Amino acid sequence: MAEVSLHKLNKKFDTTHVVKDVDLQIRDKEFMVFVGPSGCGKTTTLRMIAGLEAITTGEIRIDDRVVNEVPPMDRDIAMVFQNYALYPHMSVASNLAFGLKMRKFEKAEIEKRINNAASILGIESLLQRKPRQLSGGQRQRVALGRAIVRDPKVFLFDEPLSNLDAKLRVQMRVELKKLHERLAVTSVYVTHDQVEAMTLGDRVVVMKDGLVQQVGEPLELYNTPANRFVAGFIGSPAMNFADVTLVENGGKPLAEAEGLRIGLPGELATRARAKTGHKATLGIRPEDIHIATAADAPEYCFEAAVEVVEQLGSEILLDMRVGPALMVASVEPTLRVRAHDKLKLALKPERLHLFDAETEAAI
Amino acid sequence: MIEGALWRRWVFYNLPLTLFVFVLLFPFYWMIVTTFRPDGELYLPWNAPNYMPFWTNNPTLEHILYLFEETNFARWMFNTMFIALVSTVISLFCGVLAGYALARLNFPYAGGLGTAIFITYLVPQTLLFIPLAEIIRNFQLGDTPWSLILTYPTFLIPFCTWLMMGYFKAIPKELEECARIDGASRWKAMVYIIIPVAVPGILSSGIIAFTLSWNEFIYALVFLSSPDQKTVPVGVTSELIRGDVFFWGPLMAGALLGSIPVAIVYSFFVEHYVAGLTGSVKG
Repeated sequence: MAEVSLHKLNKKFDTTHVVKDVDLQIRDKEFMVFVGPSGCGKTTTLRMIAGLEAITTGEIRIDDRVVNEVPPMDRDIAMVFQNYALYPHMSVASNLAFGLKMRKFEKAEIEKRINNAASILGIESLLQRKPRQLSGGQRQRVALGRAIVRDPKVFLFDEPLSNLDAKLRVQMRVELKKLHERLAVTSVYVTHDQVEAMTLGDRVVVMKDGLVQQVGEPLELYNTPANRFVAGFIGSPAMNFADVTLVENGGKPLAEAEGLRIGLPGELATRARAKTGHKATLGIRPEDIHIATAADAPEYCFEAAVEVVEQLGSEILLDMRVGPALMVASVEPTLRVRAHDKLKLALKPERLHLFDAETEAAI
Repeated sequence: MIEGALWRRWVFYNLPLTLFVFVLLFPFYWMIVTTFRPDGELYLPWNAPNYMPFWTNNPTLEHILYLFEETNFARWMFNTMFIALVSTVISLFCGVLAGYALARLNFPYAGGLGTAIFITYLVPQTLLFIPLAEIIRNFQLGDTPWSLILTYPTFLIPFCTWLMMGYFKAIPKELEECARIDGASRWKAMVYIIIPVAVPGILSSGIIAFTLSWNEFIYALVFLSSPDQKTVPVGVTSELIRGDVFFWGPLMAGALLGSIPVAIVYSFFVEHYVAGLTGSVKG
């Protein structure tokens, strides 16, 4: 049972301002993911919640209690670190027990909790080993176990999967998700991997340069990004962008660039009309581009020259040149295309995004 | 390892290594041979017909017996051991705490203070003994073990501090942060997590500190005067070199016996010692 709220949170290291006015309500039992490029302030924010970093200005509350000055040990949180931070001189069992011993739990209770956590994570057979005798995935589990035994109000994760190989990472991601469903503890998770953010988070906070760019459910970020940064950061392969000028032709608003002349549908047209004559950035996701057929209206079609064909098996990624812009399209794996082919492509008009060229905010 | 033709391995690896080992070990060999060589063989001129400098056919324990019967050697061994142990413990205790503070507590000027401590280590003892002698006299500690127990830390503490600081810095910060989130205060995190992990580092600085004080010569020579109070290095050289007469047999026997405790300490902790010097923290 715990809500975490950040109010006008700021952090400065000497002269660098790393976290700027972060306002956030993390609900009880919610899995909140902070995502952003390295140096965006996400880890610093997490460390401030943990109490490992002093707060420059602002306020952090855990369940209505202001914890700004509360030392980490009294915040009732558990944290999983990127390098696991297992105590190398202790066995797995002692690693799990350490937090409970420090809090003067009864021996029987400690044992019960260790066994419980070990069975949840499937590490019963490892309890007598030392950390150096464990594989990466096993260490990760022990680090999780050390957090679970404490039964804390809030779990904090600092890029816990980034030291694992790709396959194990996917596997642990699923386990983390299951674990959260089972334990239902408020969790804050930091990652630079947008796939982890999308798959794990109930809600996701996208940060850049210390500023929160957008907070929302994963699909909300994917479908209606608040600005160009979020649009480019969420989704893989990344969204295509083209610099365009908004013009009007016979009362119909168009986005125009060299080699590209795209009609703007419905509501987007209404919003774009106000900016006629301005520069803007057109955004379209690779999966929203397909080979044009007779059914596609000509105003949503454009020509492209294929530069590279990437066969992924389940799909084909086409790296193409559209006028001066480079774009990627994801098309059916059955399509026969070769480099240097010229193709006529169409896009889904309802999936078009427009961003202001100056503020980069969505139009 | 050197790769390629066999001669390359000989020229670049085996030969230099053999030469190096020979140069290092020859003084010890000389010391051992001289210890067991009777006086009659020791003082032969080099062109005597039965001159045999590197071996003896009549080994004897007379020099060792002489050490224990005619000099205070046993007493010197005890003095050296006592002084070295106590000053090592004092220096390690201060060095570990200071090293931890300099490495982990982010107080202003920590870096500058660390450098300043190291600089004190660089002041040559051959200069420092002059003011120290004055201080020792003022406190009336001259000719007592305390004159050395209290002065050895002046160079041992900076040394231990510097070594431990480097070692603590190599221990991932997260270990301690995790302990503090787990419910340990900074002090408990240090005692239960950081110090156990730093044991190899503590052992190495302890061994080096012990060796440095065991072998220390100048302070011991200046601050101690009565034969009863002397340490092995000073006792052996002052009592067994009389004027220009060198009692080579007992001298070498004293050197041999004096180096045994250090050799034992080294061989006992050698694994930890190497791990400490290379700063490896297995996690």
